[in-house]
Amino acid sequence: MTHGDGGGLVVDAEVRRGSFTLEVSLAAAPGQVLGLLGPNGAGKSTLLSAVAGLTPVSAGRITLASAVFDDADQGTFVEAAGRPIGFVFQNYRLFPHMSVAENVAFSPRARGQGKQAARSAASYWLDRLRLTDLADRKPGQLSGGQAQRVALARALAGQPSLLLLDEPLSALDAGTRLDVQAELKRHLSDFAGPSLLVTHDPLEALVLADQVVVFEDGRIVQEGTPAQIARQPGTDYVAKLVGLNLYAGRADGDTVALAEGGTFVIPDHGQHGDVHVAVRPSAIVVSTQPLEHSSARNTWQAKISGLTLLADRVRLDLDGQPPALVDVTPAAVAELSLDPGSQVWLTVKATDLEVYPRNGAQAD
Amino acid sequence: MVIRSPRSAAPSRLTARERARRAARGGASRSVPAPLLVPALIAILFLLLPLAGLLIRAPWGRLGAALSGTDATQALTLSLWTATVSTAISMVIGVPLAWVLARSSFPGQRLLRALVTLPLVLPPVVGGVALLLAFSRTGIVGRYLDSWFGLTIPFTPLAVVMAETFVAMPFLIITVEGAFRSADQGFEEAAATLGAKRLTVFRRITLPMIAPSLGAGAVLCWARALGEFGATITFAGSFPGQTETMPIAVYYALENDPDAAIALSLVLLVVSVVVLVSLRDRWLRGSPL
Repeated sequence: MTHGDGGGLVVDAEVRRGSFTLEVSLAAAPGQVLGLLGPNGAGKSTLLSAVAGLTPVSAGRITLASAVFDDADQGTFVEAAGRPIGFVFQNYRLFPHMSVAENVAFSPRARGQGKQAARSAASYWLDRLRLTDLADRKPGQLSGGQAQRVALARALAGQPSLLLLDEPLSALDAGTRLDVQAELKRHLSDFAGPSLLVTHDPLEALVLADQVVVFEDGRIVQEGTPAQIARQPGTDYVAKLVGLNLYAGRADGDTVALAEGGTFVIPDHGQHGDVHVAVRPSAIVVSTQPLEHSSARNTWQAKISGLTLLADRVRLDLDGQPPALVDVTPAAVAELSLDPGSQVWLTVKATDLEVYPRNGAQAD
Repeated sequence: MVIRSPRSAAPSRLTARERARRAARGGASRSVPAPLLVPALIAILFLLLPLAGLLIRAPWGRLGAALSGTDATQALTLSLWTATVSTAISMVIGVPLAWVLARSSFPGQRLLRALVTLPLVLPPVVGGVALLLAFSRTGIVGRYLDSWFGLTIPFTPLAVVMAETFVAMPFLIITVEGAFRSADQGFEEAAATLGAKRLTVFRRITLPMIAPSLGAGAVLCWARALGEFGATITFAGSFPGQTETMPIAVYYALENDPDAAIALSLVLLVVSVVVLVSLRDRWLRGSPL
């Protein structure tokens, strides 16, 4: 895969760390927030580290607006200190011996501005991130949300052309996370350069990113807008993250034969060959008797293997052809006396089944 | 075979206070078994009795007279400034060496670390002999210093400083090297992504973050330099006012004026206690050094 340049970040590289290999080819345009989503150990942080210059690439190259950061073939490498980047680390890494103001002034000063200029740059960013009152505090005296804002201010104060954020919200408790997330989104949209945002939280990626790249085992398994990723997951991992049932299958006319057994009939879905079928757990209806069969409905029998109470509903884990996760109300569990081992009928409307092509190499 | 179940032991006394302690902090008996208690008490006596003796035998009534009858002021002044200069030199050249040992890698690095910390275990008098062989007027370095610059080091205050630095600097080096090694390099990475070059990172991040260890190392180094005897007397001799430091003054005073020796020792004891107290609270909380 090749990407155009257009003043943005282009990564076409391989990074080897011991037995782990990260292969990545991606581009981020100026102003774009590219979400890097994946489980722990998928290589997202390694990618950030390579872009920042903390880890050299083993093959390929990284460029920003045509300026080479790292090129393994040419042997060129720009040290981290020489790259115009801002990095927000997972645990912020605020310098504990410096005040908030000194932390924020650090980058302008290190990049060659005089003391006075660095101080006024710092006070500008402190003001923008509502940190002026905290300027004299030490990082140890900040709450999680405040520390996150200081980390962002410190990264932005260096006037970076590229912003790197490694799990910027993961150190926050659930209560402050939403507020900080909303504020972070504002600052990201104000930022003129490309941003890379690493996260393992799909919601964070969907809310903050313009474009999402999904990593698994050191490879990109899916790329798309947040909406595409959420509606048409490309792998089981993504499907689980966005909470969908995902079936690989083969489309022939109106029927799709599923790899895990069973068949869906979906009129006029317009696909041929290898496809994915995605369905929301709440779109599947559970009954103790088979519902009337029609071409607009798919009905199959399954056995309950587990029940989990979620916030306001119960998630059933069902063995059948195909297996499925289904959400029902707690009342339905009681009325239908659903227990592990119960045989039930599942029904789903054809219109609730999302059918889309499967990317051959990436199919499970 | 019949296995009998153990019988309950006879009850002992448990004071209300001990009950409260165990209830609050948990844990079983904290009484010390006799085979451990007796040697521990012997160790305590051995370490503290001589110091107590020093305090008991001190000529409290005429401390001032005992001190003024000697070259105490001269010796103390010499000791204080040479120990301070040695510590300053050790910081200026020892901290960079500690950084090199901790953070860079080159062939022979392990050997080099072993060699530069050798003075820690080397008998100081051997260090003094080695310094003499290197810097005396006929020594391998000293002969050039003499013929080119007319500089003769042995038996001068400079020799005192060199002897003290030779013996004491390794204390600073190992303390600071350990701190460099264990410092969280994440902060240095962060500084690099913010545009800081290596020297800026060292100056503004690494050094301030290891400041407590640097302080501890400097105090250890200073205390060691202050007490230096063997290397100093070998390399610098004992000329009153020139190279006779406090420990050497104590040693000579013991022969002809024991009261003065005790008084001088008391002064050194006080200095040591002050150093220890200042270290204990700020830097040595449970650390091995």
